[in-house]
Amino acid sequence: MVAHAAPARAASPAPVGDRRAKAAMVRAVLLVALGFAMLLGLGWGAAGDTDVIGALGAGLGFGEATVRDMTIVWDIRMPRILTATLVGAALAVSGAVMQGLFRNPLADPGLVGVSAGAGFGAVAAIVLGGLLPASIAALTGTYLVPFAAFLGGWASTLILYRIATSGGHTSVATMLLAGIALGALTGALTGFIVYKADDSQLRDLTFWGMGSVAGATWAKLMIAGPIIVLALFTSPFLARSLDALALGEPVARHMGIDTQKMKRIAIVSVAASVGASVAITGGIGFIGIVVPHLLRLLQGPEHRNLLPNAAVLGAVVLLLADMVSRVVVAPAELPIGIVTAFMGGPFFLWILLKNRALLEA
Amino acid sequence: MNRLIATLLVAAAPFAGVAQSHPDATRIVTIGGPVTETVFALGEGHRVVARDTTSLFPPEVNELPDVGYMRQLSAEGVLSVGPDLIVTRDTAGPPEVLDQLRAAAIPMIETHDAYSAAAVIDAVHTIGAALDVAQKSNALAAQIRADFDALKSDIDAGPQPRVMFVLSNQGGRLNVSGRGTGADGILELAGAVNVFAGDFEGYKIASDEAIIAAAPDVVLMMEPTGEAEHDTRAADTLSLPAISQTPAGAAGALVLVDPAALGFGPRTATLAAALRTDLLSAVGH
Repeated sequence: MVAHAAPARAASPAPVGDRRAKAAMVRAVLLVALGFAMLLGLGWGAAGDTDVIGALGAGLGFGEATVRDMTIVWDIRMPRILTATLVGAALAVSGAVMQGLFRNPLADPGLVGVSAGAGFGAVAAIVLGGLLPASIAALTGTYLVPFAAFLGGWASTLILYRIATSGGHTSVATMLLAGIALGALTGALTGFIVYKADDSQLRDLTFWGMGSVAGATWAKLMIAGPIIVLALFTSPFLARSLDALALGEPVARHMGIDTQKMKRIAIVSVAASVGASVAITGGIGFIGIVVPHLLRLLQGPEHRNLLPNAAVLGAVVLLLADMVSRVVVAPAELPIGIVTAFMGGPFFLWILLKNRALLEA
Repeated sequence: MNRLIATLLVAAAPFAGVAQSHPDATRIVTIGGPVTETVFALGEGHRVVARDTTSLFPPEVNELPDVGYMRQLSAEGVLSVGPDLIVTRDTAGPPEVLDQLRAAAIPMIETHDAYSAAAVIDAVHTIGAALDVAQKSNALAAQIRADFDALKSDIDAGPQPRVMFVLSNQGGRLNVSGRGTGADGILELAGAVNVFAGDFEGYKIASDEAIIAAAPDVVLMMEPTGEAEHDTRAADTLSLPAISQTPAGAAGALVLVDPAALGFGPRTATLAAALRTDLLSAVGH
């Protein structure tokens, strides 16, 4: 489910042997942590008296459980932990890919315009959704907001890619700058729609922006899950190209990398996985930046090891954040974006200060 | 008079009885301030085990666990208090969480959320039927209806002050109410004219010129939670240049209203009557 499939090891450069061993160890530890986090997410929650084992057994055909326990385990917790796992992995891997592609440590998935576009789509759907003809409204139902968010993310990325590409060459610098311009434009349009919103819509908008995996359902997971998984499995194929790109685009081309193809794949996979993630959980920040940086400090910058480990660590971090979000103000729930930023901000600062010498070298 | 209405309503009770009834429900979760208030006003508060963030009245509900904001509920959080009945407003959400709660076989009763006397009375009947206390709810509904009727005859006779409701003063920029808000609804019930009702929907920042042109007789704001803020809030707002150019500013007519008046529940008639008294005394009646 998570892209921890080890990429091909044949073409590995020689001097990174100990780093590779380190990465393998990190991955082993992370996989164990992932297993624990998922079990914890399934077994622990606000409804503490749930008979989890009984409900799991009943779902597989052994014994019986109450409807309430079945719902909690199979329809609430299960889609929720799977959503957190996939979205955490998607955000972290996309962050790592973007930082590699733009050769900029501050890059995150927002740079390809997917977040701004998705935000615009979601806001438009929340505020203007009521204006749709009844026939379309009935068709989309409660999935209008995720659908619009996904569409908005895609459209925005597509426009940016078109702007930055001329004569079969995509300039990442143009894309970066055009992204800022397009972000300002969608920001203004979003602001205009927000201005038109009524009170309850404003509340919905605020909560959407803070992100949550609470609304996770099997139906949403069935739609977004395959997109995310597909995008995650393409990422290992980008690893070698991203490593080459670190030396500069001309050098990468001399090394025989089809940089144009690689950019296209990177942008499409990031837009798809982040678009699908944002669509079902709303805005969740920080993971795309902190997770890759933490791993680079632990195990070095090679993307072949970085990308799979980022997927696992991203999943673990979001699962743990979700655990905090559903327990800390129980029986209510704190939006997960607040938790990730609250835990992540100070932690990231601490890493920066502790490794200042390493980073500035 | 009340007795007569009560009798008529008892006669009409079979219609209310169409809704599902849950006489045995003793672990009720109430979502939405007016819903919670209604259940407590019916004397059934002992059956409530949890409420949402917007439920703040009567004061004893603050001792109950809070399952979160009514539009951002968490299915597991609600289930964790072990409810056997959920009473909510039709504006609660998100919808997928409500679906999950229904899937967990917890009966759910929804009341219609609207800024009108009729909606308040309908909700009382719906909740009374759901809790199987139709007699009490008929009496409460009759009482509320009588209060509304008394208020209405009072309004028909008296003046209708022009009021501007200010939700917040953001550093001199006033966020004011148009139509379709709780403030607009309570102003109508209190027999006042909302000066921006014809201009826009919801709450918007009004320009200084629009405020001068609207010429309100009274500025209405919500009571701040801290006592010390009372005087500063009034002074800050009345001293704004735009406000000082209006009849309200000239007369120093500023009224502070209980925020509960913006949510439509069993106390609405009383709160509207109190608001009317305050508004009229502010314009010198």
